Amino acid sequence: MNRIFATKAGSDVYRLRIPWRPFSNDAAPLLSSQNAGNPEKGSEAKQYDIAIVGGGMVGLALACSLASRPLTRHLNVAIIDSNPALGRKHFIKKEDLPDPRVSTITPATISFFKDIGAWQFVEQHRHAYFDKMQVWDYTGLSYAKYNARDADKEVLGCVVENKVLLSSLLSRVQETVLPKKIYPSRLSSMSILPNSSSSEVDSTLSMTALFTHGRLAKLELEDGNSLYAKLVVGADGGKSRVRELAGFRTTGWNYSQNAIICTVEHDVENHCAWQRFLPSGPLALLPIGDKFSNIVWTMSPKESSEFKSITEDNFLKAVNHALDYGYGPHPTPSILGSSDLFSWLKGGISKSANDCFETPPKVVKLASERMAFPLSLRHANDYASKRVALIGDAAHTVHPLAGQGVNLGFGDASTLSSVISEGIAVGTDIGEVSLLKKYEADRKPANVMMMAVLDGFQKAYSVDFGPLNILRAAAFHGAHHISPLKKSIISYASGEMRLPLFA
Amino acid sequence: MASSMFLAQRRWFHSLPRNLSNARFFSALPSQHPVSVSGPQNNVGPKSNKFEKASSAPSSLKEPELAKFSAIADTWWDSEGPFKPLHKMNPTRLAFLRSTLCRHFRKDPLSARPFEGLRFIDVGCGGGILSEPLTRMGATVTGIDAIEKNIKIARLHANLDPTTSTIEYCCTTAEKLVEEQRKFDAVIALEVIEHVADAAEFCKSLSALTAHEGATVVSTINRSMRSYATAIVAAEYLLQWLPKGTHQWSSFLTPEELTMILKRAGVDVKEMAGFVYNPLTGRWSLSDDISVNFIAYGTKEK
Repeated sequence: MNRIFATKAGSDVYRLRIPWRPFSNDAAPLLSSQNAGNPEKGSEAKQYDIAIVGGGMVGLALACSLASRPLTRHLNVAIIDSNPALGRKHFIKKEDLPDPRVSTITPATISFFKDIGAWQFVEQHRHAYFDKMQVWDYTGLSYAKYNARDADKEVLGCVVENKVLLSSLLSRVQETVLPKKIYPSRLSSMSILPNSSSSEVDSTLSMTALFTHGRLAKLELEDGNSLYAKLVVGADGGKSRVRELAGFRTTGWNYSQNAIICTVEHDVENHCAWQRFLPSGPLALLPIGDKFSNIVWTMSPKESSEFKSITEDNFLKAVNHALDYGYGPHPTPSILGSSDLFSWLKGGISKSANDCFETPPKVVKLASERMAFPLSLRHANDYASKRVALIGDAAHTVHPLAGQGVNLGFGDASTLSSVISEGIAVGTDIGEVSLLKKYEADRKPANVMMMAVLDGFQKAYSVDFGPLNILRAAAFHGAHHISPLKKSIISYASGEMRLPLFA
Repeated sequence: MASSMFLAQRRWFHSLPRNLSNARFFSALPSQHPVSVSGPQNNVGPKSNKFEKASSAPSSLKEPELAKFSAIADTWWDSEGPFKPLHKMNPTRLAFLRSTLCRHFRKDPLSARPFEGLRFIDVGCGGGILSEPLTRMGATVTGIDAIEKNIKIARLHANLDPTTSTIEYCCTTAEKLVEEQRKFDAVIALEVIEHVADAAEFCKSLSALTAHEGATVVSTINRSMRSYATAIVAAEYLLQWLPKGTHQWSSFLTPEELTMILKRAGVDVKEMAGFVYNPLTGRWSLSDDISVNFIAYGTKEK
């Protein structure tokens, strides 16, 4: 098995060598000679300011963000990821069918992408803004409709395929002057020694000496390369190797739920995000542009294997059924009598409260394979220790319910680069724990709060129990009819407010 | 009230006989930690050269004090150790230095190393926690401290990073460097002046070390009701963090007094700012409130 891996990594190396050479030698004249060599040759280790383990969306966003700040754009950055796509300049073709892996990007993330110069690349590819969102449940008791204009916004968000986000960030990072090098491999070990400042003076100041004195972290890769860095950033996802090697503990649980995701096609264009809570979990239908939509359907593992294997026709029927009369009636305002029961809180009826319930457009075709993923919640107890910081899913994996996961990760990347920049401004060693803890203090409360909100939603909807259904309906009506509440829910989900509702 | 206690709790120093009070002590809860000794009053022979160890300074300290600070000196660089409050405050002091000195020397504040080519001196450098960041910001830094152990720690630590290994550390005093006619573009003495016997003489030395059109930066604790309440009443009597009589509140300088003695020494104070501590976030920030901790930046008059 190991041998197979090694061979595979070797072939990646071969492919990657060509495209990346101009990128590291020509495009980055400031690059010091010690980093200019081919990493794959390397028996001798190179030294970097920052090693980003994981060149996914969040890792590349960090690189872009560093490149966009005057104080950090000359940092030497190593990106470690075995994904061969990182070696290609344009790995997306316009005519490709949509990738079923999509992200719902909040307005806050959109402005982050604009700041780091990556949004222009997203705009060249398929993406879909939506300005309406309808949420309802199977009991027929409740629905809520959100409109961007309720919060005086243009859009509620934008659905973008993950590969579009990744390639946009990659295109952006390639055109920046940030000295960077991609290592097409995986992390195998990491070591950081404690500070030793009171030992005898070592005049050599070699990397080994700096490492021995705890001033550099040492990373060893599966392809035999090794490198040193002042700061190691774990952006390597939910099963983070950095998190494991740094010994961070996590708290979390698995939901006994899987999500089926796939791309579907309609007859008409869809500009609304739809989410219906079904007895087994939520079903979301997100517009991704060109008459395509993305489906994220949460259900029990047993159901998911069933829905994965049934024929396309049956699956489409099941989806249309679930988005229409399946499991329960359409909600009508009169059922709960919003005019009576909720009249006391009608101080400010929101503008879209009168938007009637609509049925989502019919799904006519399956445009991708169906994939199933187990859902879990995981949160690292610490985000930072000496010379190590975790960002994105490595720090927190959330329920994908409201498409918030990757937005939290982009928030991490933005904050971490800003903290590093502040540190450089005052001459701090960027791997110092006191600096990195600032990042943790900034992000942890925000992330924990969003995780709790999403987990609460998940829990509230995984029970089918009469009184609870009424309560849920009441909450829905509140969310639908009280305009300030509605506004703050939208703001929170847009990533613009740190704490929901009460902030 | 809570916040003012935090403001002042960091740096109470032992009362020493007045003739020895150029010894400076920094203290962080719960115990007191001497930091450095500096000042013009040392009885040093005129022939001393700049790298000579100032043997007179440590000898002017009481033996138990010496043992105490030696024991703690190793923890200078432990950001979670006894010097934690100072580590926390450091970025704020450096932010002030960065913004005022960038303006003074007309350097690009968006550069990672704006002070390239400038000579700075850190008077009373302790373990070097100010000298190292200044070096990373590009300055050519000389750190002086009269306590040899501090200089040793500073030297060892700076040697661990090629960038900071260029720092010139000497166990000496400002006055001796004046005798050697050394000049610096910026003379920085943070939390030192309240510990010298004669602040006016000390300011004269700082001024003499400042090159033509150079900058002088001094920070200290105000002699205000608030600092009295937090430093003496709360820290010594109510909370008993410190032995009674630890502080010589009367030796603190008010911003007006500092401005005046700097003026007499030829340094024109241009800007002043306060440091405030937020106990909820645990962070320091710059503010207009100069009632407890403050920092002043001045330029040398022609």
